[in-house]
Amino acid sequence: MSRIAGVFENLRSQGRAALIPFVEAFDPDRDTSLALLTGMAANGADIIEIGVPFTDPMADGPIIQAAGRRALNAGASLRGVLGIVREFRHGNDKTPLVLMGYLNPILSYGVAAFAHDAAQAGVDGLIVVDLPTEEADLLLPEAAAHGLDFIRLIAPTTSDERLPKVLAGSSGFVYYVSITGITGTRTASAEDLARDIPRIRRATDLPIAVGFGVRTPEQAATVAKYADAAIVASVLIEKLTNTNIATVLADVAALASGIHHATKAAA
Amino acid sequence: MLRYAEGMNEILKNSLRSGPDGRGRFGEFGGRFVAETLMPLILELETAYEAAKADPSFQAEIDYYLKHYVGRPSALWFAERLTRHLGGAKIYFKRDELNHTGAHKINNCIGQILLARRMGKTRIIAETGAGQHGVATATVCALFGLPCTIYMGAVDVERQKPNVFRMKLLGAEIVPVKSGAGTLKDAMNDAMRDWVANVQDTFYIIGTAAGPHPYPAMVRDFQCVIGEETKWQLQEAEGRLPDICIAAIGGGSNAIGLFHPFLDDASVRLIGVEAAGHGLDSGEHAASLSRGRPGVLHGNRTYLLQNEDGQILEAHSISAGLDYPGIGPEHSWLHDIGRVEYVSITDDEALTAFQLCTRTEGIIPALEPAHALAYVMKLAPTLPVDKIIVMNLCGRGDKDIFTVAEHLGFKL
Ligand SMILES: Cc1ncc(COP(=O)(O)O)c(C=O)c1O
Repeated sequence: MSRIAGVFENLRSQGRAALIPFVEAFDPDRDTSLALLTGMAANGADIIEIGVPFTDPMADGPIIQAAGRRALNAGASLRGVLGIVREFRHGNDKTPLVLMGYLNPILSYGVAAFAHDAAQAGVDGLIVVDLPTEEADLLLPEAAAHGLDFIRLIAPTTSDERLPKVLAGSSGFVYYVSITGITGTRTASAEDLARDIPRIRRATDLPIAVGFGVRTPEQAATVAKYADAAIVASVLIEKLTNTNIATVLADVAALASGIHHATKAAA
Repeated sequence: MLRYAEGMNEILKNSLRSGPDGRGRFGEFGGRFVAETLMPLILELETAYEAAKADPSFQAEIDYYLKHYVGRPSALWFAERLTRHLGGAKIYFKRDELNHTGAHKINNCIGQILLARRMGKTRIIAETGAGQHGVATATVCALFGLPCTIYMGAVDVERQKPNVFRMKLLGAEIVPVKSGAGTLKDAMNDAMRDWVANVQDTFYIIGTAAGPHPYPAMVRDFQCVIGEETKWQLQEAEGRLPDICIAAIGGGSNAIGLFHPFLDDASVRLIGVEAAGHGLDSGEHAASLSRGRPGVLHGNRTYLLQNEDGQILEAHSISAGLDYPGIGPEHSWLHDIGRVEYVSITDDEALTAFQLCTRTEGIIPALEPAHALAYVMKLAPTLPVDKIIVMNLCGRGDKDIFTVAEHLGFKL
């Protein structure tokens, strides 16, 4: 069983959802990213999503765009991100790590070499924003061959008829982009989630994570009521920019506690 | 390269004009690399465009506006003084700078806005570099009474002030984009972000033959009127095909519009001119085919300027319309199969051509076609007088006079 599947199975037996915080690798430098990864794992993160910086992050709002720019100025590269993962794994063999980014750095690295190196480094799953199911054959076979979970994005615009097509070949969990828009802008309401999540449940047995616009412990708890994981990104990046690592980790702990105390909605 | 040629055998046997395939690909280029939120929209657009193409009333509508509003056909002008000055091949200008709004961009905007209306969309967005596509979009939005938001790099807002004001007069909202280098690439990113957030009511009019499928094919189809007219006009004037067609390449829409109708005419040499900026080896240029390699950006797989990590590099050109680190996917394919030659011209060479055109023909060209002309200046003198070159004079230079004045040391 993959690390990601293991985490969700364990959480299911505890009857709670997962917290998936986000770290933009190299924002503002490599050491900070490593400290965040280690600290988040110790403060209630069940899985961690690592943003791979790209010059043209088309699905991201101003906060993640700025983080990506700082990261690239600090010398970020896909190879460098794998280096961070490798170093994190020296002290942590348990917390799943998911890379989220755009296709071009992977193409430039070479798809086969990347899948091999990512798996070796200790990456568990991949989310490639600009690789829709229609183009997925570029990466899916290599990811599968190296045991990397291939995590798909589902959007409010994804129709019921389209769901099975998008979910084909996906594993790990499903990432529900809960708003039509870019990261860090709007937030889905409880009513939105109550309407949308069951629609996806009908199409898959995989755990469902909700991202884009989850900011507070209350919102995380709302997500936990309907879905299996809450992904929190922009608000943590903002916090890091304005304060320090310790405050970000305190926020992660608060988010985790919000999720732990959430009650599941009746299925 | 052989790999592509073999893969393309099917198409080569029949016609070079039959692309893209069902996945929106020209060989290995093109495709639909967009976030899932947009994917259903892209598919809906493809279906709507296919339906419109099959409906004769759609083409009739386009023809009506092209004739009575844009002023087509544009003239095919024998540049006699320039021909004599250069002392070689006979030079014709396809005068798309005479179109309403002063460039070829409006050909595409007419097609796309008519499609947007068919699809019931009520809001238009666009990106612009030189501002020509922004002006053309704002113009058709005024004509059809649709609200319009134009994304434009903050640097381009500075260097194309006349067009910014024109767009404002036409009622468009201009959003200066400060991310990245503040040029066309960044404007396109923000336009896509707007689209993702407003999928229900918004139609994105892309200004060049790039982006996710069906845009590269659709924009090409709307621009092909350039090459089709050229074909019959030169037949009328000279009773034959041209020997060479030359056009400047930003994203490649004016070039593909001129070239496409000639792709199967093997005797016609086709030459695309990329911007070499300060020189191909200066690191400051926009020559994606000469100095880039294949990658994925803005929804398509194509040649891109990028570093070894796959990060996209900033382009540079004196011409805002050519200042883009990518190129339409059909050009990448035509490059790899060798059907079209791609060359490059520096800022300085373009400035020289700009002045020559003005003095010998009484036409102030845009800095974009000035690149094409600069290559004509190199090529024509090497050819016998019975050869015929057609150059796409795809825009007029009013928008560039401030830039040119600055480079020539004039204060306006
Ligand atoms: C006059 C003119 N020519 C050429 C271009 C470059 O675009 P394309 O390569 O799509 O024709 C532009 C773009 O703004 C333009 O305004």
